Amino acid sequence: MATTGTPTDITQGSRTRGGIGESTLRPDGTLKVTGEFAYSSDMWHEDMLWGHTLRSTVAHAEIRSIDTAEALATPGVYAVLTYDDLPTDVKRYGLEFQDTPVLAHGKVRHHGEPVAIVAADHPETARRAAAKIRIDYADLPVVTDEASATAEGAPLVHEHRDDHHADHVSHPNIVHRQPIVRGDAAGAAERADVIVSGEYVFGMQDQAFLGPESGLAVPGEDGGVDLYVATQWLHSDLRQIAPVLGLPEDKVRMTLSGVGGAFGGREDLSMQIHACLLALRTGKPVKIVYNRFESFFGHVHRHPAKLWYEHGATRDGKLTHMKCRIVLDGGAYASASPAVVGNASSLSVGPYVVEDVDIEALALYTNNPPCGAMRGFGAVQACFAYEAQMDKLAAELGMDPVEFRRLNAMEQGTLLPTGQRVDSPAPVAELLRRVKARPMPPERQWLAAGEAADVRALPGGLSNTTHGEGVVRGVGYAVGIKNVGFSEGFDDYSTARVRMEVINGEPVATVHTAMAEVGQGGVTVHAQIARTELGVAQVTIQPADTRVGSAGSTSASRQTYVTGGAVKNTCEHVREKVLEMGRVKFGTYHPAWATAELLLESGKVVTDGGEVLADLVDVLEGESVDLELEWRHRPTQAFDLRTGQGNGHVQYSFAAHRAVVEVDTELGLVKVVELAVAQDVGKALNPLSVLGQIQGGTTQGLGVAVMEEILVDPKTAKVRNPSFTDYLIPTILDTPTIPVDVLELADEHAPYGLRGIGEAPTLSSTPAVLAAIRNATGLELNRTPVRPEHLTGT
Amino acid sequence: MRVNFTVNGRPQEADDVWEGESLLYVLRERMGLPGSKNACEQGECGSCTVRLDGLPVCACLVAAGQVEGRDVVTVEGLADFAKQRAEHGGCGPSGSAGTDGTSDPTGSATCGTSLQGAQRWQAKGTDSQTGEGGDLSPIQQAFIDAGAVQCGFCTPGLLVTADEMLERNPSPSDADIREALSGNLCRCTGYEKILDAVRLAAARQSEEV
Ligand code: FES
Ligand code: FES
Repeated sequence: MATTGTPTDITQGSRTRGGIGESTLRPDGTLKVTGEFAYSSDMWHEDMLWGHTLRSTVAHAEIRSIDTAEALATPGVYAVLTYDDLPTDVKRYGLEFQDTPVLAHGKVRHHGEPVAIVAADHPETARRAAAKIRIDYADLPVVTDEASATAEGAPLVHEHRDDHHADHVSHPNIVHRQPIVRGDAAGAAERADVIVSGEYVFGMQDQAFLGPESGLAVPGEDGGVDLYVATQWLHSDLRQIAPVLGLPEDKVRMTLSGVGGAFGGREDLSMQIHACLLALRTGKPVKIVYNRFESFFGHVHRHPAKLWYEHGATRDGKLTHMKCRIVLDGGAYASASPAVVGNASSLSVGPYVVEDVDIEALALYTNNPPCGAMRGFGAVQACFAYEAQMDKLAAELGMDPVEFRRLNAMEQGTLLPTGQRVDSPAPVAELLRRVKARPMPPERQWLAAGEAADVRALPGGLSNTTHGEGVVRGVGYAVGIKNVGFSEGFDDYSTARVRMEVINGEPVATVHTAMAEVGQGGVTVHAQIARTELGVAQVTIQPADTRVGSAGSTSASRQTYVTGGAVKNTCEHVREKVLEMGRVKFGTYHPAWATAELLLESGKVVTDGGEVLADLVDVLEGESVDLELEWRHRPTQAFDLRTGQGNGHVQYSFAAHRAVVEVDTELGLVKVVELAVAQDVGKALNPLSVLGQIQGGTTQGLGVAVMEEILVDPKTAKVRNPSFTDYLIPTILDTPTIPVDVLELADEHAPYGLRGIGEAPTLSSTPAVLAAIRNATGLELNRTPVRPEHLTGT
Repeated sequence: MRVNFTVNGRPQEADDVWEGESLLYVLRERMGLPGSKNACEQGECGSCTVRLDGLPVCACLVAAGQVEGRDVVTVEGLADFAKQRAEHGGCGPSGSAGTDGTSDPTGSATCGTSLQGAQRWQAKGTDSQTGEGGDLSPIQQAFIDAGAVQCGFCTPGLLVTADEMLERNPSPSDADIREALSGNLCRCTGYEKILDAVRLAAARQSEEV
């Protein structure tokens, strides 16, 4: 087959050997630095066509008619498909509710919704043909916030809801609502010496992964289709794609192609079904690559939120109670909104001890862009608000903000508002202590070099807006709690296949999972686990595909825990089989085969005392061991729909930040000087990757603090800045040094004691930066991102 | 139209190029060189950075027709390019400039790759397209060793940009590195490890002198 860039077997050679706990280098590193690594947008096939999506230019409208004749007549065009061309009765899909149309039918519900798809022999031909499709829209009124969505007579975003939350919500434009009531918040408020409240606004953030949505669908001779695509969860895609195509799941063969980042934005389908439909219709391979503009419409965003909080505390600094209401804007389709609501509510109190709470979180259906998963998943918005509240309380009490937090910090054994006991280390006070104890970066560094100010280090940078005249410094702290893994009773399992055999006189392990490597480094860790458990130097990681059982999603900081756990578990069973083979072959030669605890190390079977019993090569000679097993962590429960009680989460991860900023108060420009982190990772399986994850997560939190926001026109619900010119993500000039302090307090319930790490650093980074800006300016700043006009009052 | 130019030291010819096609499209889709990445196609992210007659440019902003007769180096040819530079005495490891290890911010005539130099340069071996079969350039190796690669989508552009900066400025300060790389977005790493990688490459190059 002429598919170039078919995902490559990633083999780790001897140069990178290393077990868990070592900073083993990425097996795909060489491919990535030489340009050989095949990302989904690099796929190519002889005779392939290019797909293009026509998207709605309005947010809410009835579709009166669609005329595709002229588009279809364009030379070079092979197919133009609309809703009417869908092959089966299954015309919608979705992660939790099947409410998202494959192509719009009857009406569009948000700006950028897919309406038609085109396949042509050149991407520009496809684009131009799509522009010739004539759609007659009749505008409908839009709902864009809670007031408009739940007003009397408000238009219903989904007229006919049949999902499992429809009966529990007070209005059909509410996707899901989760109250949590514990203790007696009203009664406890009477004990409070101070009460502070606030309303906070969190803007719509985009994942902005660099590798655009893309993939290649190749029709198979058996009527099926092969799809090479960048995703976070192959099997979840498969479950949604196959019914729409009218194919059994084994005829939709999915292979992960190189993923250029994900951060939650690839949990939902984008071009997957469209490419398959076009390939099956034309009988030719079809590649779709979104450009950046389309990418902003091609995936869900982080829920923008409004949060109302009230906290009380006694004079000696103990929290008395917390009340909050969190309204998340889910946009036009549900995506992961119900689970985001569960997270936002259950983690709304933060890493603090508060026994009396009254909590409500809900997600709305509106005509805004759909929102769903993004790194931090509902915990981010809450952390922004509760950390602002902590600072307010500390100020009100005249206490140091870090001391106040430490006084109320949760620890192992604390109950969450859901009634769940935190049964692993929760070093919240210690993390705060560490970031606070770190030496401060020198003052006014831009002067350090000599006489003239080094403007590169000043707010505004090379644009030379200040030489330091109106620059003031501020320091802020924050800490957060994030759950790890899928919660609320979800069967969050993973599957691993491990084979052990002798190749070229060397014992070799092959690991096959469907885990999506999206950049996080899971492939490195899997090889490290296999080496540790099986005592071999050579480990091959097979490409992820649907020929092996599901690995679950690469999200919720869960893959090292769950698929790592599955690899470990399968390796342990493989080891047992290998030892059994050894006992049969060599058991009579040495009594230790029967009596001792045996290990595999450096290609040998050894006793726990270090005595070598046999070479693995001799044990395995001519045979192989091959196992595929599922692995589950301990089960969780759904939250009670009225009280929010239930053991909903598997594990927690904690991070604390200290931000140091300098603000040009005249122009409202912020320079983050340093963003120090302390995080408990349980066990650092690969310290280098751990640092990379923590620094990357911190930077995304910094982005939403000072620049990142998708702007949606409140009147028309149209997106105003779908480009990297107008949606800003931090550059290397915007990002400060990020010193990281890693704690390793083992969670006895997790493989190797590890904790999921990817998300926690995204939580506290944003409120720490905001706190530092408040500290520098004395302004209240209840909204993120902070823009110059918020700092200058213009 | 037809476009003739040199890519990684080899003459190339592209036929039936539509006049609106970018250099990036021609490299990726017509020449089978997908190493240069397509993250924004708006000149905002730097993922598509290549060297055109020695200068770093966003390939997505260069019309294919503009490269007629010119010389392009992509990440696929970076290792060979760096090796030949070292052998021919560029501004890098065995260069004549900056003998005391200081940088030359004005970019003296001995720094950077001249047009003639760029055109004289030839890829070695038979695998200039994939970069296989040769060693990695110092900056490539440093990115791997420092953990500067996560998803890796930004990496090719960063490598080309960083390599060019080190050629001009073999011992950059952190501020120099940040300034040089400010046109290359990375969404995964937080840039800290990228800084480490560039520092590491600079240090290794100066050790070799
Ligand atoms: S793809 Fe060329 S600058 Fe982004
Ligand atoms: S964008 Fe993923 S590593 Fe830089």
